[in-house]
Formats: sequence, C-alpha cells, structure tokens
Amino acid sequence: MKIIVCGCGKIGTTLLSALASEGHDLCALDKDPAAVAEVTNIYDVIGVCGNGADCETLEDAGIRETDLFIAVTGSDELNMLACFLAGRMGAGRTHTIARIRNPEYNDASLDFMRRELGLSLAINPELLAARELFDILRMPSAVGIDAFSGRSFEMIELILKDDSVLDGITLQELRNTYQATVLVCTVQRGDEVLIPRSGTFTLRAGDRIGITAAPSEIAKFLRQIGLLQKKARRVMLLGGSRTAFYLAKLLTASGVSVKIIEKDPATAEDLAEKLPGVSIVLGDGAQQELLLEEGLRETDAFVALTGMDEENILISIYAASQSVPKVISKINRDELSSMAEKLGLDSFISPRRIISDVLVQYARALENSQGTAVETLYKLMDGRAEALEFRVKEPVEGVTDIPISVLGKTLKENILIAGIIRNRKTIVPGPADSILPGDRVIVLAGGHRLSDLGDILAQR
Amino acid sequence: MNHKMILRTAGLIVALEGALLLLPTLCAVCYSEWRIALWFLVTAAIAGILGLGLVVLTRGCDRTIYAKEGFVIVALGWILMSAIGALPFVFTGDIPAYHDAFFETVSGLTTTGASILTDIPAMSRGCLFWRSFTHWIGGMGVLVLMMAIVPDANGRSIHIMRAEMPGPVVDKIVPRVRDTAKILYLMYIGLTLAEVIFLLTGGMSLFESFIHTFGTAGTGGFSSRPESIGAFSPYIQWGVTVFMLLFGVNFNLYYLILIKRVKSALRSEELWLYVGLFVILTGVIAWNIRPLTAGIGESLRLAAFQVASIGTTTGYATTDFNLWPNLARMMLLLLMFVGGCAGSTAGGLKVARIGILLKSAGKELNRLRHPRSVNAVRFEGKPLSEETRAGVTNYFALYALLLAGILIMIGGEPFDMETNISAAISCFNNVGPGFSSVGPTGGYAGYSVWAKLVLSAAMLLGRLEIYPIVLSLTPSTWRKK
Repeated sequence: MKIIVCGCGKIGTTLLSALASEGHDLCALDKDPAAVAEVTNIYDVIGVCGNGADCETLEDAGIRETDLFIAVTGSDELNMLACFLAGRMGAGRTHTIARIRNPEYNDASLDFMRRELGLSLAINPELLAARELFDILRMPSAVGIDAFSGRSFEMIELILKDDSVLDGITLQELRNTYQATVLVCTVQRGDEVLIPRSGTFTLRAGDRIGITAAPSEIAKFLRQIGLLQKKARRVMLLGGSRTAFYLAKLLTASGVSVKIIEKDPATAEDLAEKLPGVSIVLGDGAQQELLLEEGLRETDAFVALTGMDEENILISIYAASQSVPKVISKINRDELSSMAEKLGLDSFISPRRIISDVLVQYARALENSQGTAVETLYKLMDGRAEALEFRVKEPVEGVTDIPISVLGKTLKENILIAGIIRNRKTIVPGPADSILPGDRVIVLAGGHRLSDLGDILAQR
Repeated sequence: MNHKMILRTAGLIVALEGALLLLPTLCAVCYSEWRIALWFLVTAAIAGILGLGLVVLTRGCDRTIYAKEGFVIVALGWILMSAIGALPFVFTGDIPAYHDAFFETVSGLTTTGASILTDIPAMSRGCLFWRSFTHWIGGMGVLVLMMAIVPDANGRSIHIMRAEMPGPVVDKIVPRVRDTAKILYLMYIGLTLAEVIFLLTGGMSLFESFIHTFGTAGTGGFSSRPESIGAFSPYIQWGVTVFMLLFGVNFNLYYLILIKRVKSALRSEELWLYVGLFVILTGVIAWNIRPLTAGIGESLRLAAFQVASIGTTTGYATTDFNLWPNLARMMLLLLMFVGGCAGSTAGGLKVARIGILLKSAGKELNRLRHPRSVNAVRFEGKPLSEETRAGVTNYFALYALLLAGILIMIGGEPFDMETNISAAISCFNNVGPGFSSVGPTGGYAGYSVWAKLVLSAAMLLGRLEIYPIVLSLTPSTWRKK
C-alpha cells in the first residue's frame, strides 16, 4: 500500500520505521532537506522535499496513487490543511490522518472539523497517552494495560517479583489453585518473548507476564496472589505538558487529587487557569528538596512527563527510592526504556509507540477492507509480539464454529486466542468455547504479521 | 566497519557472477565448443563455491551498514568480479597472460572497451560472448542486479546503490530499493531486446546481434569485428547511433515516460544539454571532415556515429578517426570528458556535472561583478543545494588530480605523447579507443604489465566514480575508532 508521511520529526520517523517494517511503499515528505536525507538513509522510503500543503509537492510525492496520507508535522493547522488537500487531490482514494494535539481543537468542535475537512482520523498522541496512564493509575498493580473494544476487555502486564507466589508454578497448577479464569498470554523472560500454549509451562520470578480476564475476575485474581493495590488517590505529575493536562482532567473528573509541578511560569499560569481543582506548583522538579516539600512521600503515584526522557528516568528513580508505591515515566525512545528497565523502573509510557500502533493498525485494516479487519493492535515487548482485535463480521472457514480444543491444533506456532467478546461480555476461551460470527476476538501473535483472522491458521 | 556484512555481500556478488558465467557456457555449447564450455563451467563452479562459502560463513550477521560500508562493498565487489571474470580467458588459452585477461575483464565490466586483443577472429565464441556480456553486467551494475534478485535489501541498501550508480545525486525512483533495482533492470532488458531485434532485422547474425547489443547497452564498445560497426550497413550504423544515445540517457526519465509523465521527463535540463551537445558537435565535425568523404550524407553519418560513440563513452567506430583533421579530433578528445547523462550506463564526468560546473562558475563570475548580490544556482528546475554544488566541484578537483597521477604513471611508456594522453583519458572516462597507437585500429597490447595495471585501476576509478576505490584504499576507513 502506498503511504505518504508528511513531517519527519520524532513521530514521523517512528511511523516510517514501523510502517516500513510492515512492507508498505512509503514516501517521506518534509520541508527540511536534511531531515529527508536522514530518513532516506536509514529506512527504505523515498523522500520528497517541500511543503506538505503545496499541491505541486503533493503531486511530486504521487498523491494520486496514494492510499493513506498521514500529516504529523509540528503544526496542527498545517496538518489539517495538508490532509484536506491530499484528500481532495486523492479523489476519494486517499485516506487522511492528521495529528491534532492542541487542546483547543480537541473539544466538541473536533468532530465537526474532522467531518468538514474530510479527515479519516484525527489523532492526538498526548490524549491517547493520558488515557493509558489513567488506566494504569486505576489499577496500579499492573505495569501496563492494553484495552480492547471499548474497555470491555483488557490485557494487563505484571512483573513477578522474587517473592511472588507464582514463582515456579505451572499454568495447570495456576488454573487449579486459583479459581479465577485468567489466561497467561505472553511471558517476557530476559530477551525472549514466549506465548505459552501448554499447561506445563512454568512461571518464574522476574517474568513480565501479560494476562487477560474479565474485568471483575482480574481484581479477584490480583488479591489472591497478593498483588492488589488500591486505586491511586493522590497523584503527582512532573511537567505541565499536554499529556499532563489531559491526564489531570481525567483524574480530577474521577475524584483523584492531582498536583502538577511545572518550572515554566507561563505554562504553570496557563494550567492553573484551565485546571481548577488541580494544585499547580511552580518549581524545578529536578530538585529533590522541592519534591519532598510537596509531599512526594505521601503520594500514591508519581508520573514523570517532562519533554526529556533522561530527566524523566532520573527523577523516577529518585521517586521510587522514596518508596512511592507507583512510579510511571514517559519515555519516547525505545532504547532508553530497556535501559530504564535495567535501572529498576517498570512502568513506562511512550506516546510515540501508541501513535505508531494506531497507524499500523489503521494501515492493516485498510489493506484488508473485506473479511475480518483488525480493529485494535498493540505491539508488545518491543514489537516482538502483537495483540490484535478482530471483528468477525461473517463466518471464516476453518476458524468460526469450531471448539477451541480443535481449533488450537490447526493454528500457527506462537498464536493464542486470548479472548472472545460476545454481546459486550468477555469470555476467556476454554476448550469448549468457539468463535461465532458477530464476535470480537483477541489474538496474541509472536513473529507473525496478521491482517486477517484467517491468517492465524497454519494452512491456508 | 561491519566486516561480516561486507564479506557477505561480496560473497553474494561472486555467487551471482558464477550464475552469470553459465550464459557463456550455454553459448559455447550452442557452437559445440566443448572444451571452452567446460572451462566456463569450472569457473562458474569456483565462483559459486567461493561465493556461497562466504555467504554461509557470515550467516546471521548484522545487516546494518552505513555509507562507508557501501563504498567498500562496491569497490571490493568489482575487484573480485574482475579477478574471477578473467579466469576463463586464461583457462581456455584465448588470452594466455593473466594480467592481459584482467585488463580485458576490467575493460569489459567498466564498459570501457579498451582491448589488448590483436586477433579477434581467432577467439572462441564462448570467450567473445563473455567478453561482451561483461559490458552488459557492468553497464547497469552488478550490485543493482543483486539487489533486484536477492531479497536482502533494507533501507540501508541505498548506500550500496549510491556507491555503484553514477551521477552527482542518486535517488530511488520508487520507495523501495529492491523495486527500484527491478524497474531499472526491466527497462534495461527491454531496451536491450529492442536493439537485438533491430540488429537482426538489419541482417546481422544472432551471435553478432547479441555481441553488439551488449556493447551498446553497457556503452562498452567490444566488437567481434576488427572494423567494429564499420563492417556493417549504413542502416545498422544509424540504428546503433540512436541506441547508443538512448543508453546514454538517464534511466529515471524512461521511468517517468513509462508512468506517463512525459512532460516532466522532457523538462530535464540535462537531457537537452546532452542532445544539444550531440547536435552541435555532429554539425561541426560533419562540416570539418567533408573533404574526406563522398558527400554530406556520409560525412553526417560518420560524424553522428563517432560523436554518439565517444560522447556516450561507448567506443565503437565506423571509420578510423585518427585520420580526421585536428579540429575534429580535438573535439572528440574533449567529448571523452563529458560522457553521458547521470543515471545512465555511460561513463565520463556526466553531462549533469558539466552543467552544474558551468552554472556555478557563472555564479562565481556574477559574485565578483556584484559582491553583494545573492543568487542561487538552479538545476533541473530546483535550486541546487550548496552541498551538491560543493560535491561536484570537489569531485572535479579529485578527478583532475587522479588523471594527472595516471598520466605520470604511464608517462614512461614507449609511445608518443598523444597515445599516452589519450589512452589515460579514454580509460579513465571508460571510452575505449584513443588516438594514434591506441586509435580505433590500434590497441593496448603494446603497453607494459605495469601500464596495464595502472590503466585497469583507472577504468575502475572512472566507472565507480573515484570514491569507492579511494576510500577502500585509505587505512582510516578500516581502522576501528
């Protein structure tokens, strides 16, 4: 599929990298020749230098044959205009996606604007990141949460500490000992990612596991294994970025007390005006004294959201050392998050990864407009595994109406049916369950690129 | 420096050459030259084992390469190709001395067409085929071929492509390197087949049609006749003139035409400069050589052919232009420097570089006249970046320096100055024939072993546009930081 990415900044580069590994024909567009040269030297893409909102440049980039146009320049207005032109020039063929992150546009008027500009999708990485953070803060035991299909189904990630009761028990024993119907979907052990399919698989301390269950079951299970933490009531946010703004709004709406530490007076002033009920502190969060004075030790959760990955990591380490129960850091660069993990941090959030997951999913769904398209996609464990949600519109030969116990034998290696959502109810699939038309199915896949539900079968 | 990836790619190239050696084997079998076929098969086996051995030894290596590795891969690949490609000539006894065979193979792969052979009709068909086929391989480039075939390419492969493709700026024509390589080769094969069919309809035998098409396609110039294209009818001579010119055009323009963007293709400044140069020089030379020919028709045909042949650095001849007046000969000598368009199979400095050099010299003059004036150099409808402009002038400086070095190194050879100077210029620009003793009726057989090695190096430097070879020979490229 032919895709143009307009804007080769941080997000643009991440997108190019993710979409190039998906095998799309990519064109990178930026007005800075150096940025274009840089991406064409690293990724298998063609570069065009120019203004994305200029018809001639779009023509040069081959807009008429393009299936998807993604505008992620630093300016919301440019993104909108570029997408509008691209949509018109592509004459109905081109889908357009714009990054719109200014909170002023992200209110009720967004839908109207999206419709009038003919945008297929408006994405706001900061808002998506805030939602993910909000989910984690509701369930602090998890180090990561991936929500599917309107939150009726979640996959939560846990880290098994050295004293975990799960150390050394097999999945079979897990099922028998704890009555909860949970499914262990992924296990990251060292640098390996495993998708356990047999009951004899043994869990070990140090594993990072992904489990799925119905929302009510998860709490029960966490209590049984002694990992349940209460929802965070007092949260401290470091840095008054857009993510912090959206998160503070979500948190205060659910009755959590929020404190934001911001060092820029103008930003702090602005936040104070827009966020009544949130306490804004003007000061440098890198000063430990200031954090202690503002009650770091008494908070339930600390979230580092400054623009600098390095600063976030260092201050998070300090917060963890002051025994704050839950510490989350925003880390945009993937290589840094694996280093931070070695330094003892466990919860990260990356707006860049979130946005690239959304767009990879969009491109895959577009590629496969018939049949069972991908509705949600999460890359797990540095992209070595994927969790996908499919909507089964019509019967799929060899997949639907077949009990899991039989279906399991015909699947490819490293594929697991992690959940079925039927009439808004979550089913953790047992041997007798089967996939029916109309369901939504969550599939875990390691090392495969799935774009259709039928792709899970070994022979097709 | 990623040594393993360099070795792996070199292995792939050698293995690919092994596969390509099966074609002359087939040709020898067709003409019942059983002994020749056997030796080609042996060479193919050697190349195959060596190449696949390297690939197996370096399996699972890190594929990340940078511009530096791209240059080294190309230089090493071409030297290995030449060294192995020379073997069949020695094995079969057609060219007994290895240094002669090496010179001939380098001349073939770099699409120069300079030959040390004195008795072409005595050669076996298999060897003649291989000798011309190296032109075809070297024309578009063996690494580009490798990228089209081996599903190994990633974003970094652009570095290899840039190092092998001639021209000041090399860019992909479609997003993926592999698809770009495929499209280039498909267009190349298409044009090649068109010429084979044309020559067949002109009454040439199948074997000679292929030989001369390979020579034209790669802008090489090896022929199976001592008289070169002069041995054929005027119809064929005009046809070959057109095909030589076609192969000297930037292949990206053909792609633009294929995707129906004819207008953008015709807007190319380089193309018009190239066509203009051809028309003007043909006119001047035709007028200059009029007294030597039977009429204006013949003098136009001879002038057009020679200008196209030298201008695209092919090196075919239809007449002994050694006998032409001095003005015509001087123009041909200078034309050797110009070469074809960037992104074509031709050698030389490339018309684009000449255009950019002229324009930037004009800018400098303007700056001297009006020191405060601000003006940008535009080329191909776009303002030229300072980087590209500096790249071209620096390339020209290095080019002049190396040419001086080559001239000095072969200066001691027992020939007149005209021979030595034209030999160096001709080899460095991948033309083939020069003047005086190395003219269209002469050859390079008389040069010493040393001079043959120097000239082989000159041809490789010229084909790969200097940097890959020079960088590979610089110790700091290899040193660990």
